[in-house]
Amino acid sequence: MEMKHKLPGVKDMPAEEFGNNDYLLRMAEELNRDGAGIVLGTMDELINWGRSNSLWSLTFGTSCCAIEFMALGAARYDMARFGFEVTRNSPRQADMIMVLGTITWRMAPVLKRLYDQMAEPKYVIAVGGCTISGGPFRGSYHVVEGIDKIVPVDVYIPGCPPRPEAFFYGMMQLQRKIKMERFLGGRNRKEKESENAKSDGE
Amino acid sequence: MNQAFLDYYSLEPLTGWIHRTLCGVMPEDWAVFLEGLVIGVVILLAYALLAVVLIYMERRVCGAFQCRIGPNRVGGRGGLLQVPADVLKILTKEIIRLKKSDHLLYELAPYLVILASVVSFSCLPWHKGAQVLDLEIGVFFVLAASSIGVLGILLAGWSSNSKYTLIGAVRSGAMIISYELSLGITVLTMVVLSGTMSISGIVESQAGGWNIFRGHIVAVVAFIIYLIAGNAEANRGPFDLAEAEQELTAGYHTEYSGMHFGFFYLAEYLNLFITAGIATTLFLGGWMPFHVAGLDGFNAVMDYIPGIVWFLGKTFFVVFLLMWIRWTFPRLRIDQVLTLEWKYLMPLSLLVMMVMTVFKVFGLVF
Amino acid sequence: MMEMEEKIKQWCPAGGLRVEESGERVLVVMADDLENVCRRLHDDTEEPMDYLRDLVGVDNGPETGTLSVFYQLESARTGRRLMLRCDTRGRDAEGALLPTVSGIWHTAEIKEREAWDLLGIRFVGHPDMRRLYLRENWNGHPLRKDYDMNSNVLDLEAETNADVTEEFDLMADGTLRGHENVVFNPDDFVVNIGPQHPSTHGVLRMRTALDGEMVKKIDPVLGYIHRGIEKMNERLTYPQTLALTDRLDYLSAHQNRHALCMCIEQAAGIEVSRRVQFIRTIMDELQRIDSHLLFYSCLAMDMGALTPFFYGFREREMILDIFEETTGGRLIQNYNVIGGVQADIHPGFVSSVKKFITHLRGIIHEYHEIFTGNVIARTRLQGVGVLSREDAISLGATGGTGRASGWANDVRKHHPYALYGEVDFREIVYTEGDSFARYMVRMDEIMESCHIIEQLIDNIPEGEFRVKVRPVLKLPEGVYTASVEASRGEFGVFLVSRGDKVPYRLHYRSTGLPLVHAMDTVCRGGKIADLIAIGGTLDFVIPDIDR
Repeated sequence: MEMKHKLPGVKDMPAEEFGNNDYLLRMAEELNRDGAGIVLGTMDELINWGRSNSLWSLTFGTSCCAIEFMALGAARYDMARFGFEVTRNSPRQADMIMVLGTITWRMAPVLKRLYDQMAEPKYVIAVGGCTISGGPFRGSYHVVEGIDKIVPVDVYIPGCPPRPEAFFYGMMQLQRKIKMERFLGGRNRKEKESENAKSDGE
Repeated sequence: MNQAFLDYYSLEPLTGWIHRTLCGVMPEDWAVFLEGLVIGVVILLAYALLAVVLIYMERRVCGAFQCRIGPNRVGGRGGLLQVPADVLKILTKEIIRLKKSDHLLYELAPYLVILASVVSFSCLPWHKGAQVLDLEIGVFFVLAASSIGVLGILLAGWSSNSKYTLIGAVRSGAMIISYELSLGITVLTMVVLSGTMSISGIVESQAGGWNIFRGHIVAVVAFIIYLIAGNAEANRGPFDLAEAEQELTAGYHTEYSGMHFGFFYLAEYLNLFITAGIATTLFLGGWMPFHVAGLDGFNAVMDYIPGIVWFLGKTFFVVFLLMWIRWTFPRLRIDQVLTLEWKYLMPLSLLVMMVMTVFKVFGLVF
Repeated sequence: MMEMEEKIKQWCPAGGLRVEESGERVLVVMADDLENVCRRLHDDTEEPMDYLRDLVGVDNGPETGTLSVFYQLESARTGRRLMLRCDTRGRDAEGALLPTVSGIWHTAEIKEREAWDLLGIRFVGHPDMRRLYLRENWNGHPLRKDYDMNSNVLDLEAETNADVTEEFDLMADGTLRGHENVVFNPDDFVVNIGPQHPSTHGVLRMRTALDGEMVKKIDPVLGYIHRGIEKMNERLTYPQTLALTDRLDYLSAHQNRHALCMCIEQAAGIEVSRRVQFIRTIMDELQRIDSHLLFYSCLAMDMGALTPFFYGFREREMILDIFEETTGGRLIQNYNVIGGVQADIHPGFVSSVKKFITHLRGIIHEYHEIFTGNVIARTRLQGVGVLSREDAISLGATGGTGRASGWANDVRKHHPYALYGEVDFREIVYTEGDSFARYMVRMDEIMESCHIIEQLIDNIPEGEFRVKVRPVLKLPEGVYTASVEASRGEFGVFLVSRGDKVPYRLHYRSTGLPLVHAMDTVCRGGKIADLIAIGGTLDFVIPDIDR
């Protein structure tokens, strides 16, 4: 695929300074395998600009990371600056779910249900060691070892809990990822069809 | 009415000329239809634009109150394009249809809410001669139109088939219907003072001084009651029990997504604007400039400022007041809300109306 | 102590009293005498043991064939502490039985459920023998030593909750008979508040029966963040167990870890330097201010006032800066270690703490102006959610909640540890017991903590910040406990050692569990909005409850 994709940067932070650029390029290549029209492409850019700059997060804190998320919304870090202005408490109205804290077996069906209740397009950020792999609680009888076993994850933010700066980095990575997506024409979903079918059948 | 208002920017010659020209090329019915169409589009555009402005203003104001910056990445340092981005996002968001809801009512509810809001919006006197719906019973019409909104809220809460939405809707119903009383009575108080129910008539009657000055202390009390009741009508904090986020997740619109939710969101802000706009009309002289009796030079300068600037300026000032209240006070509890209305505001507003009538009869107003 | 034991001996006609003393002194009571002893201890006229600090189940291993329950008692009047133990006859369904004490101390209601859930001990006569943390269809009891870790699989089906509970009664012929108690009637309007709800402060779920806006009954469903920390502890060496304490109640991270370090140090006979005591005390108090500021923020937000939320966080960030300078962590610091602290304080520590205290004293009036004095806030808090002193003690609602009800229960005052015996501070006690009192206790405690820090900050002595401790530590056999005043109540550590390098059983007294249990008592008859405000003033942190 010789098609060249432009890697999006974020204000005051050029694309080269981000990690995981090769992942984004691969994703863009896959999405654009059948080519994109100029008109559709421009429309896509506009829609993606809107979407990436207006990510309303579902308030979904299970433990420690949630407190750092609150700090993120508070005055010093103020995530409203980036367009993460509103946190919605209803999954129907949220654009992304930040999984903040350990997911236990009892919580797992709830998380899945919340994810299913969200309206497309929806994104998942796994925050903290617990959601990525079980973290310090790996090996317990009641802890899900990585939420990617339950819901598809877009961005992982490691840490225990991550610093607010790390949150921002992860959220900006999500913005960049959204900017590479295609809304009109082509397949836009990340997970494979079979996985989709499975979760629909639930 | 001791002083005439010098009108430099009247739109009447312009609208009259357009009407005459159109009548020249087509039958009058057609001309009226075409004009109505154009005005409809203009109103909807203005509605959408104002919503964007208001949401942006809310973010800036709450940012300032909360010692934080607010949006500054999207669209330059001022974050000017933040709300357009939100609009784009919400327009392309999936609209979820619930399997076990009452489909017709569920889908109808947001449109009812937005309809009520648009209709009352069209009654606002923007400028001399620039009022879309100017009925003889204008004030009455606004009250009637705005109460359709509560129907939408009740339907939304009931048809979603969820317990949270139901509680939210019932709360909202109880509250809005109660507060409509004192709202109506304070509006009537101003009607008593102005002697007319027509909105343009009320504005014209304030040429010699805004109602809040003419009716002195009584009008000020009425203004405060109106602000409280209007705030409750607009479902905004501290009266936001219907969508009390910390209690009912999102209240009556918990189950709505995408643009359906967007309608509720828009209507909330526009209702705020309408509340402020009516307050401006009734108490602060609508598009009338600020005059001080005796200072003719000052008054002349004031007359040079177009009416629409006056109207928007005053309305946004009231909007700011309401935002200030919203971001400062904790939420009331449902029984406190009802106690406040039935035990304090309603008797007080009745008293205010009575006193105002007496004043008017004996000519004690300015 | 001796006369107390003599008294108890007389109340044990069936099997007498055995005293074991390895580590803490434990009085072993036979199951047949338990109810009598507990009842008389509770009703004692001179020294009523009216506060059940904790009820801990321990598996004695398949080889002994018994399970034990430890009852940690304290007298709210004199502060005397006492520990009872009672063993079951066997481990199977017929043998793992003990009489319930839930009729004597209310807090036992929920703690016996915990013991049933995790250890499979049935309490005869307990009205509500449902599982507490695990799903109703869970196999086995995880804290049993022979629990098979693979006996359950992750179930993604939404769970259904029974509306009835089980109660078991012992018949005269020694057989058990079960009957059902109703939690919710079919025509109750039951609303799920949680587990994903903005103001449950985590993943608490309260099944709430409503009558219009009125709360009829609350049934808390826990376990949504039950991570099995106590089971994990049994596989971790002592220094490793420390890592998990910060993640219990992350707003009492220092204090939790302080308690565990104290417990292990006391068992291993390690003496920490005075410098460490100073640092620990100051850090504990900073943590308390941090937690109370967050309490203020969250309460305001729960009540719909969004601006005060930012005030609290503004000052809280300054504390986090101080933490970060010294410990490297903002929220979770992993700072206390066995024998001292992880690293010496930052050179700028003293000056930045002093700067912060001055700043806070200068700005706290803003908090009161925007929220405390607000007429809506006052009417929503005053006279709402009253918890009586008797209920607070019986429910074990420690910390600010108990003190707001007139129960002087500050561990720092009544069982001083670290430097609390040497500093001068006031124990904040209110008598109203309503939401406003609970709020004011915390606001006053912020100032009191400032006062404590001010006394210490200039006098930190030179010395070692850590005593050398072997990385693999073996504690002598026995039972050890320690308790501290965490940000929201008494945090206790209960440790059973069998002489290994890992603990045999390590249990934490959750500060929040009794508070959540109190929700039903406090909220009944209130409105939904009151429920949220009361939840805010009780100030619980869910990961600490579920562990």
